[in-house]
Amino acid sequence: MKIHIPTPLRSYTSGLETVSVPGATVDAVFQQLIVSYPDLKQHLFTAEGKLRSFVNVYLNDDDIRYLDAKQETTVTDTDELTIIPSIAGGKNNLTSKRDTTALQRMKEDEDADSN
Amino acid sequence: MLRIGYHDYEALRKHGEETYPHECCGVLLGKNVAKDENSLTPMNHVQHIVRAGNTRTDSAHNRYNIAPQELIKIQRQARGLGLDIIGFYHSHPDHPAQWSTTDFAEAHWLGCSYVITSVEHGKAATTNSFLLTGTEEDNKGFEDEPIEITIATHVTEEVTYNEKG
Repeated sequence: MKIHIPTPLRSYTSGLETVSVPGATVDAVFQQLIVSYPDLKQHLFTAEGKLRSFVNVYLNDDDIRYLDAKQETTVTDTDELTIIPSIAGGKNNLTSKRDTTALQRMKEDEDADSN
Repeated sequence: MLRIGYHDYEALRKHGEETYPHECCGVLLGKNVAKDENSLTPMNHVQHIVRAGNTRTDSAHNRYNIAPQELIKIQRQARGLGLDIIGFYHSHPDHPAQWSTTDFAEAHWLGCSYVITSVEHGKAATTNSFLLTGTEEDNKGFEDEPIEITIATHVTEEVTYNEKG
């Protein structure tokens, strides 16, 4: 089956965006993927062998975490797996003196506007 | 370096104004160019931007999240265009255009550009880009990244200038 590799991990698949790996279940496909591209392992799994929390894996359009059989779900050659790291964030704590200065400038602008 | 067309650059800034006081977010599609005749360092060249929905409706004023399902659709779109996901953008309403600890903790796309626009009182102010460097989670870091904005003068010709001079 085809596995789509996200941009940051393609350096471990010889630059390939899509790789073909045999296997009867999601888990079997993953095991074979790691055999074929061993450097991927540490980026996908924790030392305990669990899928890293920020790594999402979709079987076609379904998150494997929510499939009844999870990684034991059977697959066919026409199915596709997509590995997609999460993307999130947002403003919160300041990170540098430059931030502090900018925030102070904003507050001064607000004060000036209110006066 | 991040290279982006003026139209796309203005579009991502406008997105932040439209969603104010909430954070906007989107994806940068293009190509990573290891080196070219004009650049001695790797460059992410944006050729298309895609707006994404912010799923953090519970705290949209200071958090953003792109649903994995939407990311997968965008990745398919990129594949169809012969492009890659090379970065992301989001806004900081009434907050500096600097990465936060949350931005850093949630950044996992090594080698990609993270563009942040500060939106002050509803108007886009500063836009900065940060390259997520490193080879794994344990040694990742954000580096300031120059933004080069290109202006198309003809269909087949582009002139460039560096925003930071």
